[in-house]
Amino acid sequence: MDGFVTTLLVSALALCVALLLGIIFGLMGTSQKKVLRGVNRVYVEFFQNIPLLVQVFFIYNAFPLMGIRWSTFMIGVLGVGIYHGAYVSEVIRAGIRSIPYGQNDAAKSQGFNYFQTMMYVILPQTVKIILPPLTNQAVNLIKNTSVLATLSGLDLMYRADSWASQGTLSYGPAYVCAGVLYFIICFPLATWARWYERRIKSREHIQLSEAAEKELMMIAEEVIG
Amino acid sequence: MIRLEHVHESFGKTEVLKDVDLTVSEGEKVVILGPSGAGKSTAIRCINGLEVPTSGLVYLDNEQMTNKNRVQLVRKHCAMVFQQFNLYPHMNAMRNITLALTKLQHMSKKEAEDVAMQCLETVDLAEKAKSLPSQLSGGQQQRVAIARALATRRKILLFDEPTSALDPEMVGEVLNVMLNLSHEHGITMVIVTHEMGFAKQAADRILFMEQGEITADEKPDDFFNNPPNERVKQFLSKVLY
Repeated sequence: MDGFVTTLLVSALALCVALLLGIIFGLMGTSQKKVLRGVNRVYVEFFQNIPLLVQVFFIYNAFPLMGIRWSTFMIGVLGVGIYHGAYVSEVIRAGIRSIPYGQNDAAKSQGFNYFQTMMYVILPQTVKIILPPLTNQAVNLIKNTSVLATLSGLDLMYRADSWASQGTLSYGPAYVCAGVLYFIICFPLATWARWYERRIKSREHIQLSEAAEKELMMIAEEVIG
Repeated sequence: MIRLEHVHESFGKTEVLKDVDLTVSEGEKVVILGPSGAGKSTAIRCINGLEVPTSGLVYLDNEQMTNKNRVQLVRKHCAMVFQQFNLYPHMNAMRNITLALTKLQHMSKKEAEDVAMQCLETVDLAEKAKSLPSQLSGGQQQRVAIARALATRRKILLFDEPTSALDPEMVGEVLNVMLNLSHEHGITMVIVTHEMGFAKQAADRILFMEQGEITADEKPDDFFNNPPNERVKQFLSKVLY
């Protein structure tokens, strides 16, 4: 059970990291400024094209040589978070790109600055579009936290391994158990994403519920201040 | 009210505006005509800061537009109506109008909704306040967009080919609204359009643009009855059968 909780916790925190980085680098990717778009490309290409396992091993084994020592929990949160941040930023970039440029013009011509335009006009429209692919990223992220097992990360997969090696369970049933537990987290998410995607397609323009819109506005207000 | 001085604009290697000088006084209604690609849209986009001139100066109400004050200056003076309407699709007509009022002009929700309602009545769409843009016809969407521009009470209204994306039978309703507005003395209007009949009726002055230059600046009567140059004559013979 410990392993299950650790996996959930690492996943949740890593998802936060991924979302935060995804938004920052996603916005950079849609910037008018070449430098910012360049930074976005370097980040995305670097992390997408090196296997997660290599990155995690590098942090685990090479960082201590440079005097940086992270717990396996931290490696899980930051390593997996930064890795998936690259994917999330691509999703967000594509989402923003899919909004017609006229929306920008309209908001700017009304006198909204860049951040207000993003928060009130562009991002609320983007959210609906990117929610399904974003959920898929979340599912991938949860599954990928299993790399921590290789670093004795005390996560679900590591526990399953150790039950098996200690003879509590034999390997087959232990892995089946782990698989079932991952499935229990991931399947509902993936199903929800598919359902939501279908709903969007059947109703091209759903209006955000009043509550959801209010919430978005409040977040916007806080960020802009 | 509006002044462009020696405005040049290039996109890459193409020079879209070549040394454009333009003055529009307060309350004036100016229509810009000309063939496609003449730089008409770019010119009015320079007025409200959507394009930044490569060189040259833009003044609104005698204040020079700079990188620093662009957003503020535009916010104070200009509102724009676009060819593609550009309503916010995730908000109903009412919210489309009140967003800028509550967020930028700091009105209360109630005040903003009162203003929005008035403006929707002006464009004859009060009953559509709760409709989403996708539930409105093109003509209705454009009228909401005009109401949105009006609600901010800014003195300069810019129209960028407001009827070009509409089905023919919807052009009239939008032009009617614009014609009514043109009778208001306090509002300065700059309109890029291909509607000659509207230009004749609504304009105080007609500018003709071609290849990035303003080549004629006339009263409507003179422009249509007594074309100032060969090129305008040619243009008119093509658009007026």
